[in-house]
Amino acid sequence: MKSAPLNAHRSIDDIEIELFIAAVHQKYEYDFSRYAKASLKRRILSLTEAHKLAHISELIPLLLYDDDFISEILGYLSVQVSEMFRDPHVFKKLREIIVPMLATYPQINIWLAGCANGEEAYSLAILLKEEKLLERSNIYATDISHKALDIAREGIYSADNLECFERNYQLAGGSGAFSDYYVSKYNYIHLHPELKKNIFFTDHNLACDGVFCEANLVMCRNVMIYFDKELKNRCLSLFTDSLVPGGYLCIGTKEDISFTTAESHYKALTQHERLFQKRF
Amino acid sequence: MSEASLSVRAIVIGASAGAIETLIQLLQPLPSSYRVPIIIVCHLPASEGDNMLSIVLARHCQLQVKEACERETLCSGTIYIAPPSYHLLLEKDLTLALSLDDKVLCCRPSIDVLFMSAADALEEELLGILLTGANADGADGLVAIKQRGGQVFVQDPVTATVDVMPRAALMALKKSHLSADAVENTQGLTRRLLSQL
Repeated sequence: MKSAPLNAHRSIDDIEIELFIAAVHQKYEYDFSRYAKASLKRRILSLTEAHKLAHISELIPLLLYDDDFISEILGYLSVQVSEMFRDPHVFKKLREIIVPMLATYPQINIWLAGCANGEEAYSLAILLKEEKLLERSNIYATDISHKALDIAREGIYSADNLECFERNYQLAGGSGAFSDYYVSKYNYIHLHPELKKNIFFTDHNLACDGVFCEANLVMCRNVMIYFDKELKNRCLSLFTDSLVPGGYLCIGTKEDISFTTAESHYKALTQHERLFQKRF
Repeated sequence: MSEASLSVRAIVIGASAGAIETLIQLLQPLPSSYRVPIIIVCHLPASEGDNMLSIVLARHCQLQVKEACERETLCSGTIYIAPPSYHLLLEKDLTLALSLDDKVLCCRPSIDVLFMSAADALEEELLGILLTGANADGADGLVAIKQRGGQVFVQDPVTATVDVMPRAALMALKKSHLSADAVENTQGLTRRLLSQL
């Protein structure tokens, strides 16, 4: 018997990935169809390998019949490993340029979109504390992964990266010592609970949820690099809608808003740190 | 060269220890009219924000050399370098993508990550080249390129500054019952690249 003609433009992996994404979207509100494909494929393949499955499509029954599986999927497909004061020069510029402007507001709202395990939220809290602004700040740290948000709320991190955190803290212009902000136990560092008093770790999906606060500063670093152009534009317009006139936007050092629909709403403050100000 | 080489739409190159001199030798002779875009992942002990490799290569090459930006579309006559600490991937629409996903074989950028994504994107229209280096990154990537019908060149380990990486790649190809399309020193590889014009 002659075999059926194959669709030459589709690999089996591609078909399986599309079916898996569709299944996730049909069962839940999470839509990964607008994520950049190459990275997404790697992440889905590592989830497949972690479960010792031969094929991506074997994830589908797990997804459909095990209600706990989605949190693992979100963990794999979304969470970024971060570090305290990642890209310290960015925090330094935030401290030097943005913080003095934020200080002029009676209340400061900051939206940290895609906060993953929370390192950036705590870094920001430390910075604001040192600048004596934490008490009147609200940091809304959002992510789609509940698992990541749970870790973020705990504020406990492996001490393996302590050296890096300390170096970053110094380079970021820290006015004290990083060790002022944690106690260490069993190779973990436990950040002081007072740091999270003004952080609100909240579930939010950039692909479908709307604006929820009027922000003076939006930070969203290395999140949109995983999105396609359309989803990136959606995020940027959420940020633009959320920011007060003259509010600040901070994105990843390798990201850009050129050639996006948001470009005309902002002026660049520092090119290297990717700090922008929303036009009045 | 075989007829297939005419359809190469991108060249991906991986290198590690000893990379800079080797890349200069390999790429310096390519004229500014060179058609095929070249994408390089190189492990350098560079701090973030440091684009030494782009600067050094740009001084020596006739082709335009730049650090890869996210969402950038490949252009001919250009050499793209993965920014330090980011994985660099090629999408099917021939745009570049960056990622901060976990290190692969302790590396970010990872040669395997670039090679595998490019193999997916371009299949038989891809050429992969693996040069000097001290670890096994790139071996799986070269196998992936071969499996998708692309071509692979490996620097002759005897001529490599550090032979671990090219040897690991040749071994991995052999294990998968595949072989490199060329195993030569940089001059030989350059001649082959020039014939892709």
